[in-house]
Amino acid sequence: MDLSYLWFFIVGFFFVGYFVLDGFDFGVGMSLPFLGKDDTDRRVLINTIGPVWDMNETWLIVAGAAMFAAFPEWYASMFSGFYLALLLILVALILRGVSFEYRHQNKGREWTKWFDRMIFVGSVVPALLWGVAFANLIQGVPMDADNNFTGTLFTLLNPYGILGGLTTLMLFFTHGVVFVSLKTTGDMRDRAQLLARKAGAITVLVAATFLGWTIFQHLDSPHAWLIIALALAAAVALIASWLFNAVGREGLAFATIALTIVLAVATILSALFPNVMPASNNPANGLTIESASSTPYTLNLMTWVAGLALPLILGYQTWTYWVFRKRITREAILTSAH
Amino acid sequence: MNVGELLDPLLLSRWQFGLTTLYHFLFIPLTIGMVLLVAILQTAWVRTGKLKYLHLTRLFGKIFLINFAMGVVTGIVQEFQFGMNWSDYSRFVGDVFGAPLAMEGLLAFFFEATFIGLWIFGWDKLSPKLHLATIWATAFGSVLSAYFILAANAFMQNPVGYEINEAKGRAELTDIGAVLTNPVAVTQFPHTIFASIMFAATVMVAVAAYHLSRKRHEGTMRTALKFGSFASMFGFAGSAISGDQLGLVMVQTQPMKMAAAEALYKTTENASFSIFSLGTPDGAHEIFSIRIPYLLSFLSTHTFTGEVEGINDLQAQYVQDYGPGDYSPIIWITYWSFRWMIALGGLGALVSLAGLWLTRKGKDPKPWQWKVAIWSAPLPLMAALVGWIFTEMGRQPWIVFGLMKTEDGVSPNVTGLTVAISLLAFTLVYGTLAVVEFKLIKKAAMFGPDEWENHDDPENVDHSKLATVY
Repeated sequence: MDLSYLWFFIVGFFFVGYFVLDGFDFGVGMSLPFLGKDDTDRRVLINTIGPVWDMNETWLIVAGAAMFAAFPEWYASMFSGFYLALLLILVALILRGVSFEYRHQNKGREWTKWFDRMIFVGSVVPALLWGVAFANLIQGVPMDADNNFTGTLFTLLNPYGILGGLTTLMLFFTHGVVFVSLKTTGDMRDRAQLLARKAGAITVLVAATFLGWTIFQHLDSPHAWLIIALALAAAVALIASWLFNAVGREGLAFATIALTIVLAVATILSALFPNVMPASNNPANGLTIESASSTPYTLNLMTWVAGLALPLILGYQTWTYWVFRKRITREAILTSAH
Repeated sequence: MNVGELLDPLLLSRWQFGLTTLYHFLFIPLTIGMVLLVAILQTAWVRTGKLKYLHLTRLFGKIFLINFAMGVVTGIVQEFQFGMNWSDYSRFVGDVFGAPLAMEGLLAFFFEATFIGLWIFGWDKLSPKLHLATIWATAFGSVLSAYFILAANAFMQNPVGYEINEAKGRAELTDIGAVLTNPVAVTQFPHTIFASIMFAATVMVAVAAYHLSRKRHEGTMRTALKFGSFASMFGFAGSAISGDQLGLVMVQTQPMKMAAAEALYKTTENASFSIFSLGTPDGAHEIFSIRIPYLLSFLSTHTFTGEVEGINDLQAQYVQDYGPGDYSPIIWITYWSFRWMIALGGLGALVSLAGLWLTRKGKDPKPWQWKVAIWSAPLPLMAALVGWIFTEMGRQPWIVFGLMKTEDGVSPNVTGLTVAISLLAFTLVYGTLAVVEFKLIKKAAMFGPDEWENHDDPENVDHSKLATVY
């Protein structure tokens, strides 16, 4: 098999990893105004992701770099095309990241309030815009003969794109709230379960509409059966997650909503296949896996690097989650010095 | 100049890349240098059990972390900008340039980002030795990432290990070994690491000087002062030696850059080096200068009489090779940035040397001398920044030397207005955050070691109090 097809899956794998992992970071950030009744609450919430948000965000850097190395044309067209959307994501990620680190450096009420706001906004914006970007990617965008995007930011804000954005927003929000219920105790855990039930119901509706629309758009695809199967599996996993949460099985609820994200991204990737950036105006202007890819030499090299590095990465990241497996309590936060 | 010219996407993209890159590099030397110094201090704590080493690990670890956050978030911008603003460049070099970037992510960034979390939050969850290993792992990740990114940059300075595919209009990787052992990368890497160590060390000296001048934490801070001063001179010596090697490589790979560093127009043997000169605005005619004979020849060839190629001859040769055009960078920028880099770095080393002398055998310097030590902290950082300005401006007009001009790399579909918006956004966000970060570091530095955790008994340190809680 041509290595470029393998790399389509590897790049997809990194984005899946990014959305599953940073996805719950976004959800936790978004939950601050809903679950954080007082400062201790908000600190509990932030500390559920404290040791891991940075390594979760790194999945994006690796996804971007893998795309650059394996599909330079895709990277160039998508990043220059979605310029302003990516700018907003970048600014949001900057504000969110420094806020985690700086919030606790000062005790003033005004100080923490500002950083809480930035964590919220810095989580909402990427959660929304990644969905907008990927929905537009599979729907197709106007491109010229040199594979350059010819639209504007508003081209991306079409109904399907916005629905894609709302889907990731709600999915990540619920994902994060379920994560909170898994990582906290007592009152916070109860409230998170309740919120996950409400948010989960809305998520099921929004996600089902989006997945249905996606299937509808790709009925004439030669592998429509795969798209339909993945979309249905995503929907089943999402509903299962809602049910697990409702009966208080937060571990299973978290696993199934993570699976939902995996399957939803898989649906998007299968809808994209064998293109990487289809053009909406003229199919010849779009990019396919083969036309966008690097040389066999580079792909072969990168396959070796990824093959050697990935087991190691998965190993030490799993270990990190194991080290920080304990739930975060209010008592621990209150007695901590910092 | 009308608005249309002001909103030139090429010009704005260059400003944006320059500003965001320099800004990103405000945080890199302190990250790389400080993680190494903190790892050494923590090793001393684990091995000797002396509390002063724990206190220094904690204090400089905190400064490191405040700074680290900025390095992380501004780093993502760097990776995205190649595609966002320089899409034609990305298409042209992606097959070569993407590989070291992806390797950096897979082999170094994940490592760094994972183990830093374990270090910050793992004080009470890991055994002391395992916890010590996490800071060394973080340091390893940071240093390794520097290598890959410098290898990528080296390809822009001195492209190797590639072939041009005319049909696809791009450079294609043929030899990753050549890319990773690019002589520019091999010399630039130690130059960067030593400079980083030097800056972190002068920050340590400044913090120690601040507390010692107020007679606080004397035992601990004397140690910091001594350690910092030695590390600073070690860093300077390393930067100077590697910088000398880098100069030789530069003469081989980018002779125009060396000629521009000296504003040497005519090819010359026995070339002298000017410390200072006044000339016509275009730099082509000299009015007055102070010169060291033979030094430029020595820097360029390691012989006193070696021939150094001049700008005019190189220009003529490049016109022959690459067609009509101006192939020299902006001379006053390269000329002065090269001098300032050396001067600022040297000054920083002198301060450390003087500091060691003035504090020998427990002596106390005068108040103004402490002040000099405090205010000298930024010198190596400024040297590193002007060094990068020299390296990157000296490469112009090329984005990849000899293969692609900067003007041909810019994204053709991104308008000037769009870049103006992003440039404004980055300027505002970065400017604000710089103020916040500086204030936080200053506060942490002035507060000094957390004495409350000074359990007198090193055997009974409460590790649960050491882990960070956001």
